[in-house]
Amino acid sequence: MIQIEYILVLSAIMMFAGVFGFMTRKSTLAILLSIELMLNAANINFAVFNRMLYPQGHEGYFFAIFTIAIAAAESAIAIAIMINIYRQLKNIDVDELTKMKW
Amino acid sequence: MESQNIMFVVLAVIVALGSLMTVMSKSIVRAATYLLVVLLGTAGLYFLMGYTFLGSVQTMVYAGGVIVLYVFAILLTRGQTDKAGKTNGAVTSWGLLLALAGVVGTLAVVCTATWHVVAEIGKPSETTNSITMDTVGHNMISTEHLGYVLPFEAVSVLLLACIVAGIVIARKR
Repeated sequence: MIQIEYILVLSAIMMFAGVFGFMTRKSTLAILLSIELMLNAANINFAVFNRMLYPQGHEGYFFAIFTIAIAAAESAIAIAIMINIYRQLKNIDVDELTKMKW
Repeated sequence: MESQNIMFVVLAVIVALGSLMTVMSKSIVRAATYLLVVLLGTAGLYFLMGYTFLGSVQTMVYAGGVIVLYVFAILLTRGQTDKAGKTNGAVTSWGLLLALAGVVGTLAVVCTATWHVVAEIGKPSETTNSITMDTVGHNMISTEHLGYVLPFEAVSVLLLACIVAGIVIARKR
C-alpha cells in the first residue's frame, strides 16, 4: 500500500532540488526551470492531500489546476522578459544583469 | 507486491532522479529535457491517484506547452553553448546546506506527524468520490458552495493580460 509519507518525501526531494537549483544556477532560464520544479512539488502535495486526507472535497484538485494555469502564464511572461533582455544585452546570466534600464 | 506499488516505485525513482539531474546537469537543454521527464512522471502520479483530468492537464499544459516554450527560449538566447558555468563554491555549499536542512526538516515533520488517511490509493473505498469531468465542469462555473467561478474568471483575465504583455514585452521596437 502506498503510504502518504512516501509521496510527501518525494515532493520534498523535488522541492529542495528546486531550491538548490535556484541558489546555484547562473542562467536565468535554469533558475526558471528550478521554479517550475518547486511549483510542481507543491502541486503534488495539493493533489495527495485532497486524495488521501479529504477525499470528499475538491479543494486540492482545483488548486492544482489553477496553479498549473498560473505557472504557465508566469513562465510565458518571464521568457518574454528574458528574450527582451537577451536582445539588449546579449547575455542572460544573473551576474551580468546589473541594470534595469537601458 | 501489487501493481500499484510497482508503478509507484518506478515513478518515484524516475521523478526523484529526474529532479536531481535537472538541477545538476551543466547543459540547459539537458536540464529542460530532465524537467520534461519529471513533469511526465508527475502526470503518472496523478493518474495513479485516479486524478485523470489533472494528469491530462499536466501532460498538455506543462509537458506539451511550457517545456516547448522553454526549449524555444533556450535556443533563441544562447542555446547549447550556454553552460551553467563555473559556479561559485561558497554559493554552491550554501545552496546545498539550505536544501539539506530543508529536506531534513520536512522529513522530520512528515515522519513525526500523524496522518488521518481516509482513502488509501489503490484500495477502492466508498468515501472516495472520483472527480470526473462532470464534477470539474460543474464546480468550475458554479457560484454555490465549493464553486470556483471567481478564481476561474480571475485566471482568464490573467491569461488575457499575459497574452497582451507577452506581445508588448517581446516585440521588436
